[in-house]
Order: sequence, then C-alpha cells, then structure tokens
Amino acid sequence: MSIWEYANPKKFMALSARALPWAVGLTLVLLVTGLVWGFFFTPDDYKQGSTVKIIYLHVPSAMMAINAWVMMLVTSLIWIVRRHHVSALAAKAAAPVGLTFTLIALVTGALWGQPMWGTWWAWDPRLTSFLILTLFYFGYMALWAAIEDPDTAADLTSILCLVGSVFALLSRYAVLFWNQGLHQGASLSLDKKENVSDVFWLPLVICIAGFVLLFVTMVLLRTRTEIRARRLKALLARERVA
Amino acid sequence: MKALLLRDLRLAFRSGGGFGLGLAFFFLLSVLVPLGVGPEGGTLSRIAPGILWVGALLACLLSLDRIFALDHEDGSLDLLATAPIPLEAVVAVKALAHWIVTGLPLTLIAPGLAIFLNLPPAGYPWLVLSLLLGTPALSIIGAFGAALTVGLRRGGLLLSLLVLPLYVPTLIFGGEVVRRGAEHMALATPLALLAAISLGAAALLPFAAASAIRVNLR
Amino acid sequence: MLSLSNLAVARGGVTVLRGLTLTVAPGEALILRGPNGSGKTTLLRTLAGLQPPAEGTCDLPADSVAYAAHADGLKSTLTVSENLSFWSRIYGGPAIDPALRALDLTPLTRRRAGELSAGQKRRLGLARLLVTGRPVWLLDEPTVSLDVASVAMFADAVRGHLATGGLAVIATHVDLGLPEARVLDLGPYRARVIQSTGFDEAFT
Repeated sequence: MSIWEYANPKKFMALSARALPWAVGLTLVLLVTGLVWGFFFTPDDYKQGSTVKIIYLHVPSAMMAINAWVMMLVTSLIWIVRRHHVSALAAKAAAPVGLTFTLIALVTGALWGQPMWGTWWAWDPRLTSFLILTLFYFGYMALWAAIEDPDTAADLTSILCLVGSVFALLSRYAVLFWNQGLHQGASLSLDKKENVSDVFWLPLVICIAGFVLLFVTMVLLRTRTEIRARRLKALLARERVA
Repeated sequence: MKALLLRDLRLAFRSGGGFGLGLAFFFLLSVLVPLGVGPEGGTLSRIAPGILWVGALLACLLSLDRIFALDHEDGSLDLLATAPIPLEAVVAVKALAHWIVTGLPLTLIAPGLAIFLNLPPAGYPWLVLSLLLGTPALSIIGAFGAALTVGLRRGGLLLSLLVLPLYVPTLIFGGEVVRRGAEHMALATPLALLAAISLGAAALLPFAAASAIRVNLR
Repeated sequence: MLSLSNLAVARGGVTVLRGLTLTVAPGEALILRGPNGSGKTTLLRTLAGLQPPAEGTCDLPADSVAYAAHADGLKSTLTVSENLSFWSRIYGGPAIDPALRALDLTPLTRRRAGELSAGQKRRLGLARLLVTGRPVWLLDEPTVSLDVASVAMFADAVRGHLATGGLAVIATHVDLGLPEARVLDLGPYRARVIQSTGFDEAFT
C-alpha cells in the first residue's frame, strides 16, 4: 500500500477522523505545558524583564508561518504533478492558518518591540519579510475565493504558490540587501539564539512542538471541512443536472 | 508573432486603446508628491528615487488587466489558443507589447519628471538605466498576474493584490540603483540583480502564465 | 479525419455528454443538434483542444483545427482587412482576397469592424476560417444573426471546404441548407447520474 492511498478522500476522511482526537489532545497537553511553564515558571530576563516571555508565542508562530507556506508549496506541487484533490484542499485549508500565525508573529513582535526598541514597527529585514509574507497569504486566499470552479481554483492557486514562493525568496534577499544598504550594521537583530539561555530553552521547544501540532490539527480539521463542502457542492450540481 | 505584436501596438495606439493613461498617471503623481511633501529641495531629492520607481510601478499596474482581458472578452484568446503559435509565445509577445506601450515611455519621460522631484544630477543616467532594465520585469510579472485573473469578472483589484507582492524585489533593486547612483555609491550589484530578475522573469514566467491561461480557458 | 471513442465531456466539473463514439471522414459535415445546455459548445471546445475530455479519447491533431466560437474575436478599432490579415499572418499568410470575396466583404475592407452590422461581423468571423487553411472546422452556431442570403453564402463556403477534403462539425439550431450533412442528435448522449464506483464521487 502506497502513501498515495490517503489521497483518496474517503480514506483520508476515515484516517483523519481517527487521528483528530489524538492530535487535539496532544496539542492541548503540549501547549498548556509549554505556555504555563514558560509564562510562570521561568525567571525574568536580567535585561528584558518579563517581556521576554512573549517568545513562547512569537518564535513558534513565526516558525509555523513559514512552515505553513512551505507545506502549501509541497501540497501544491503534489496537486500539479499527481492531481490528488486532498492535496489541493489541504493547501487551501492551510492558508488561513498560516496567515494567522504570521499575524500573531507580527503582533507579538510589535508588543515586544515597543518596550524594547521604543517602537511598534521598524523596517528591519525580518519584520519586512513577514509583512511581505502576509501579502502573499492574502493574495493566495483571495485567488481561491475569487474562482468558482474548484479544479480551476486549485490549478491557478498552485501556479501562484509556485511562482510566489520564488518571488518570496527573492524578496527575502532583496530586503536583506536593501536594509544593509540603508543603515550599515545598525540592525535591530531579532536573532533569538544569542539570548536564549537554557532555562528558557526547554519550554520553548515544547511550545514549538505544540504549535506544530496545533497547525496539523487545524489543517486536518479544515481539510475535512473543505472535503465536505466539496461533496455538498457536487450533490447540488448533480441535483441541477438530474 | 510579429503580426501579434503589431496588432497589439496598433490597438494600443488607436483611439480608446488606453495608451497614455499610465503616462498621465505617472506625471500626476510626480506633481502631487511635492505638493503633499512640501517644496523643500533636500527632502524631495532624498525621496525622488523611491517616488519615481513607485510611480512607474503603479503606472504599469494600471494597464495590466488589459493585457488579456480584452482578448478574452471578444473571443480572440480562444482563437489564439488554437492558433499555430504556442501560447507561451503569445504571452511573451503581449508582455513585450505592454512594455513598449507602458514601460518604455515611462522610462523616457522619467528624467523630465525627475526635475520636479529635484533628483540629484548623478542619478539621471541610473534612473533611465534602472527603469530600462526593470520595467520589462514589471510587464512580464504583470502578464502572469493578468493570466491568473483573466476569466474573472472584476479581476482588476485581485490582479493588483496578486501582482504587488511579486513586484517587491524589482522595486527594491530598482530604487536602490537610483538611490546609490544619486549618492555616488557603488551600484553594480543591485543593477545586476535587477537585470537578472528581468531576464529570469522573461525566461520562466511565460510558461507559468500560459498554463494559467489554458486552465482559465477550460 | 476526426474520430471519437467513448468520449465524455464536462462543464464546470459536471459531465454533460457521455459515450460519444463516431468518426467524421474528410469531405463530410456533421451537424450537432440539441437544446440549450445539452453540451454542444462544451463538445466543440473539447474537440478544439481547449479543454481535456472527461473520459475517452478524441483523436484529432491540435494543428488541424479551426475553431469559431460565439464571439468572433474581432477588434472594433481595426478595419475589416486589418482584422483578417492579422489572422492570415498568424496562420502563415494566405491571401485574404478570396476569403473576402467568398463572404461578400470586399466592399467593406476599409470599414472598421466596430462599424459593421451584426451579420457583417459574423461574416468576417467566418471569413477567418478560410484564411486558416486548416482542414477541420469546428463551428458554434455559425449562422446567428445572418440573413437568408448570407446563410446560403456560408453554406457555399462550407461546401467548398468539404470539396477540398476538409471536414466540419457544426452546432446549430437552424437549417443551414446543407442537406448532405450528417445530423447528430445529442439527446441520447446526455450524461445521467451514475452510481459511485468506490472512489469519492465528488472528486473527478
């Protein structure tokens, strides 16, 4: 039995129905553990005070914002090459989740940036890249929403996702280049690796695992919804023909 | 293919073809910005490279939906898709026609408008060169966006939403070339990257756009 | 030669025609009949290669087809001869005069297409078929807005095309004055709802 068996909507529905309760449960356990540990049982940072604790939301959501797009890219490719409907619908289902993670990353970043940098927003390369990523998510979702025929929509959004990924990467490098060009060296680096010490490390990893599972759970749920919506549409179309 | 290019140019220059709309927009923008920002020369010359590039980009955006929508409405696109020239070539030729009608005139009038914006003298050659190298990318990326939205009623706003993020690298490198040129800084890298984007887009995007049109015609 | 075997065509994901098996030989015309929504246009677009068949095969080389849809693909700001010579050059440049003569457009060559009457536009759209030089004509309601004399002119053009070894598939409601043409009623091929075959029926 090959892995593509699960691309059959019926098999996918059966498997995901069994997997969902576990995914939900595990997500809750990990998120509650990680966030509670992170928020209440870690010391304040000597420099940043308690504001540092926002990393338990900020870092995982920023990671998932990018991973969600990568997952959409992979599922779009699978749709283009093998035309498995579940794959196209999973890409559609992942987009709003990814957008939400991107917005969470931006908002938590601003909340942290205000007391730390004295400003809600700076045109730092990372911040700018995330803003551009938001635009890509909006465009992708708008294209899905605008097209009535589901297969046409799947094809066009997949093409957009492929081309968009190339341009998103280009933008990332363009932004790095542009900001260096503006202020040499005076960058407000958000590189967490330097300031995360061991006390913060374990709860952060748990939070990241929790966010990954949260993403999986949401995408499974939303893909199931999309499949059901698709079946409903097919039934209605059939009624019109008959 | 030459026939298609000539037809598109003829259509654009005949009455009602919309030629000059982008130019007028570019002109208005360059006049309005100093009115809004204030007449102080130093401020204007600092923002001039960016304003000129953003203006050229928006002027390009205005006419994108015409690339395929008109041919789709009157049925020509169906006929072109069954014609002996490959759809990829149709896309490339139509993007070229769009550039000749929009990008090239914008490049030519940009130095004139730069006077309003008090661009430092050193920036002029780089302004023209960067637009010459960068506007083809705007046309071809726009043609891709137009191909994605060709079947849609009210596709215009969606087209802008799809195309603007794709314009980011071109805008950044284009603006950077002019800014560095105006400040006598080294600019070989952004210039090369700008040319690379245009060439890469011209080489690859016609295929993506043609497949999008095929999907839309189904 | 055009041959279909067990062809099914779909519109917007819903199969509308199923089980079409037929051949049309050179020199033959096939007239498709059926009420609105019976899938005539969808079938012609599938034959033209604009959309893939839902099932079965359609054996017809893509470079042999000249398709004429509801819309004529005319540019209203170009003259009649500019419109026609554009398509002629796309198809490798046969002279446009015979085509203009065949559909009685010679007096109008310098007129802009936007100033033509609906019937004249239609004739210009049909003249385009003559300059393509392609053997298979796929025509969707070609005689809409044509008067009796123009319909006869069109029938002559089709006959001339068949005489040179071409073939034509024509979807129409009206009598074209082509008694020799084979008529195919699409009614029996209309797709019925079929039972799901194990795979999820919402996904085709």
